[in-house]
Amino acid sequence: MRPSAEVVRRLGKPAVFLAALLPALLLVTDTLRDRLGANPIEAITHRTGWWALSLLLVTLAVTPLRRITGWNGVARYRRMLGLFAFTYATLHFLTYLVLDQFFAWSFIVEDVLERPYITVGFTSFVLLIPLAVTSTRGWIRRLGARWQRLHRLAYVAAAGGVLHFLWLVKADTREPVLFGIALVTLLVLRLRRRARRAAARTSAAPAPASEPVEAAS
Amino acid sequence: MLIRGAADIPSREITDEALYRDRRAFIRRAAGIAAAGLVAPSLLAACDRGRSTAADSPASDDPLTPFEDVTTYNNFYEFGTGKGDPAKHAGSLRVRPWTVTIEGEVGKPGVYDVDELIRLFPPEERVYRLRCVEAWSMVIPWLGFPLGRLLTHVEPTGRARFVEFTTLYDPEQMPGQKRRVLDWPYVEGLRLDEAMHPLAILSVGLYGRMLLPQNGAPIRLVVPWKYGFKSIKSIVRIRLVSRQPVNSWQAATPNEYGFYANVNPAVDHPRWSQKRERRLGEFRHRPTLLFNGYADQVGPLYAGMDLRRNF
Repeated sequence: MRPSAEVVRRLGKPAVFLAALLPALLLVTDTLRDRLGANPIEAITHRTGWWALSLLLVTLAVTPLRRITGWNGVARYRRMLGLFAFTYATLHFLTYLVLDQFFAWSFIVEDVLERPYITVGFTSFVLLIPLAVTSTRGWIRRLGARWQRLHRLAYVAAAGGVLHFLWLVKADTREPVLFGIALVTLLVLRLRRRARRAAARTSAAPAPASEPVEAAS
Repeated sequence: MLIRGAADIPSREITDEALYRDRRAFIRRAAGIAAAGLVAPSLLAACDRGRSTAADSPASDDPLTPFEDVTTYNNFYEFGTGKGDPAKHAGSLRVRPWTVTIEGEVGKPGVYDVDELIRLFPPEERVYRLRCVEAWSMVIPWLGFPLGRLLTHVEPTGRARFVEFTTLYDPEQMPGQKRRVLDWPYVEGLRLDEAMHPLAILSVGLYGRMLLPQNGAPIRLVVPWKYGFKSIKSIVRIRLVSRQPVNSWQAATPNEYGFYANVNPAVDHPRWSQKRERRLGEFRHRPTLLFNGYADQVGPLYAGMDLRRNF
């Protein structure tokens, strides 16, 4: 093995970990330095939500990136990125629950039931919970082929996140639309591959079973 | 965080004193500038005079939102859709010379220089709550004059029933207009009796100073019982008309933003609640008040109207 590959193998994960942690650290320092502007609760809500959705899309981009570039090593970061996306989504939800609403349960229930952007955002967050729980090696082994099917929920959660963002803005839809385009691109890449594989199966003789489970790590 | 209790010292005794000194210092400083001919002396004279009317301003019990927040947290899409964008980008607005064209159903149409308006109608201080349709609010000490005085001056004809206001359209000065987020230029409207109400003012300053571009310099509307988007900024045209104007937000999303846009906790925005608001600087939400707390003054304007339909 080349030394550079060895360096990547040993330092790759700590580097990705620190990079994914950086937005949270910046948020903490900006809060302590009073640099969140006139409405800090809104700023914290928006930033944690933005990073949750961004990291979720980055996580979903890992497998297409691996297939397109042939860089297999990238798969090692998928679980960590997914868990960071979940962490930011949790911070986003807790910001709403504690800082924004301060446990005003009647208003929270009304929000979740009656405001579509909150309904869909909350649902996406809930969908991420089983994915985070089953991200361990043990659960991947126990669930077998079902693990992959379960984890396709990440696409549903991301779609919900994009809708949540889109339905929240008043007129300037540029950012949520860009997130939507990114998500649709990732979905198309996945569906095209699936269609190609199905075509190959019908034309050719016995095809390989299912693709191997990518237990990232 | 602000914790309010029944035994609190009335905050006006604190805030207003601080503001008073701030304002006096400003006027002293500005007097020097005015001497150099950079600031209209009439505005400064008006600042000094207007103080007496502030005591009975409807919101004078609420602590003022800090100047820093009032001038850095703005919705002014002509300079970008982020709250901080206007403070960053509005420097490109040239606020002098500036004229306001008054036309339509009036006996005395004309093109008025903003400094002439200030001379004709000396500004006074008005401390008003500002409630944004996005469920946050501020308390702002405006300098302005009743819109009704200007309208009376130009003599509306018998056919005038509404007032339509238009913001400057100039994408070079207002870079946000290069993207069609709204159908530029921004347009707002009031019923004539709303426009004549003494609480409706044209503002030319806040905190004792001239308006900064991000706050709608050099002249803007302030209608404190309506959601903030009704208080159109950087006005270049006022037209009296017989038919109800279509305001920009109503044109953009008619099921979400109406013509009236009166603050009303009982009528939710289709996508979020209007029952409460976050006063900037406070942690807990406050209940939102009907007509933003000005129901005693403006309620009669809407007697018998279905406020749910006329949202």
